[in-house]
Amino acid sequence: MSDHEYTPSSKFGKWFNDRLPLLSLVNHLTDYPTPKNLNYWWTFGGILTFCLITQIVTGLVLAMHYIAHVDHAFSSVEHIMRDVNYGWLLRYVHANGASMFFLAVYIHIFRALFYGSYKAPREIIWIIGIIIYLLMMAAAFMGYVLPWGQMSFWGATVITNLFSAIPLVGESITTWLWGGYSVDNPTLTRFFTLHYLLPFLILGLVVLHIWALHVPGNNNPVGIDIKKPSKDTVPFHPYIVIKDAFALLMFLIVFAMFVFYSPNILGHADNYIEANPLVTPAHIVPEWYLLPFYAILRSVPDKLMGVIAMLSAILILAALPWLDTSKIRSAVFRPLYKQFYWILVADVLILGYVGAMPAEGLYLLIARIGTIYYFAHFLIILPVLGLKEKTLPLPLSITEPVLGGSPNLAAARDKTEKIS
Amino acid sequence: MSDNNDKKKTERRDFLFTATAAAGAVGVGAAIWPVVDQMNPDASVKALASTEVDISSIQPGQSLTVLWRGKPVFIKRRTDQEIQTAREVSLEDLKHPEKDEDRVKKPEWLVMLGVCTHLGCVPLTDKGDYNGWFCPCHGSHYDTSGRIRKGPAPTNMEVPKYEFVNNNTIKIG
Repeated sequence: MSDHEYTPSSKFGKWFNDRLPLLSLVNHLTDYPTPKNLNYWWTFGGILTFCLITQIVTGLVLAMHYIAHVDHAFSSVEHIMRDVNYGWLLRYVHANGASMFFLAVYIHIFRALFYGSYKAPREIIWIIGIIIYLLMMAAAFMGYVLPWGQMSFWGATVITNLFSAIPLVGESITTWLWGGYSVDNPTLTRFFTLHYLLPFLILGLVVLHIWALHVPGNNNPVGIDIKKPSKDTVPFHPYIVIKDAFALLMFLIVFAMFVFYSPNILGHADNYIEANPLVTPAHIVPEWYLLPFYAILRSVPDKLMGVIAMLSAILILAALPWLDTSKIRSAVFRPLYKQFYWILVADVLILGYVGAMPAEGLYLLIARIGTIYYFAHFLIILPVLGLKEKTLPLPLSITEPVLGGSPNLAAARDKTEKIS
Repeated sequence: MSDNNDKKKTERRDFLFTATAAAGAVGVGAAIWPVVDQMNPDASVKALASTEVDISSIQPGQSLTVLWRGKPVFIKRRTDQEIQTAREVSLEDLKHPEKDEDRVKKPEWLVMLGVCTHLGCVPLTDKGDYNGWFCPCHGSHYDTSGRIRKGPAPTNMEVPKYEFVNNNTIKIG
């Protein structure tokens, strides 16, 4: 994995490393050459690792007090909140931690979209990331079911019913998922089991994600290849470690504000009412991080097509490296893409907003326009833009713009023209 | 000749490989099936198959919701006007054409699963554009026969298997 041979200095270290090259791995990670122009949008990988570990640790201790049974789940969560030492803190960190995890992952994804980090040779990193994102959504959904409140129950009912849209076998699949004829105790116990399992699968995928990243190395704001090791890079430790740590501290301030000052603001009051299979809450909404996809689901007036549209909206991201035909990675040098990028950001935010509103009248119309635009961005705009767009000249190296050079320098222009 | 011999040998090997792989696949499949099938409804869930309901206290226009197999069942005693409205509808206006006569055993009593066929929410009674049911989740409107008229739901609300034990009792399931 490492670019150069590493020999531990101590005799024991050498003996150990010859048998298990763990120290070589540590050396690779600390010396890992990183582009020196990475900005703060690149700190979210570290933040996400922190979020995953926080969820695993808090989840582990919550599982020591939680009871996965329809008669006890709701009261055991209240028991955690009222009786267990620091139970309120652990649960609020876990519940808000999920939201913080998604906040960070959305920034991470949109960073990749802006700087073209999904393009060759980083397609596998991107696809693993999309799988992680899908597993995160599954884990978050099942975790939300566990407190067995009204939103838990009805959210579970609506989401599992999505599978009933599948022709012929849909009903059998939903019955199989439920372990009965409706969401009930068998559903709760299996969701708990899977909710416990998924974070460890995610952890495994994160290892692959980072491994795949360490093959070509990081993309960077300029989006051009770097020569490593060279003046374009700095070692991961201490430069990136300290920068990531600072960004993590800033992130923790936001995290702590939610946990200590408004721990329920991202949740729904109806989830403090115990699940009742006879009464559907007047207005079912998923957690905020699923709202854009929920809006897409509701914007299609046909059940099967709605489900297909929602799933496609996520899976289309996996095809992104091939839908975006532009060879230029960073939006910095793509004046038109940059505008479409911000329109997409606005579109997703608007979809999220109308996803929280009732599906009628003007909201429904906006959701439909937003949905069409979302797919048009990936299926029409990106492929065409890559062929038609007149991009700005790229700098020769990432050092050039840092050291006062500008990408518009005549020299740079001559050189890039020669290259292209 | 040696070519021929080689070919013969390869075929024999091929057969062994295929036979081994096939036996292995059947074995793995047989081992996986219990792990998959354990998630299907168990014997205790299946045992709760039927329930009897006393309907003597329901007045015309009123409805009762009971739980059957973890799902709500609507038992509605319809007024003459509601029956009439349901029967006047032309089948061509329906997304899922079903005659009201085919959905009830006695015109007065409408018995159906109170589960929206879109994504499984419980619709609200006496609401919506057709004065039947309205699903608050994604806006499906049902008429006084529980038939889908507007919104994303694909089919009418399902009529479960039921029978009148006597004039005052219904057995569902």
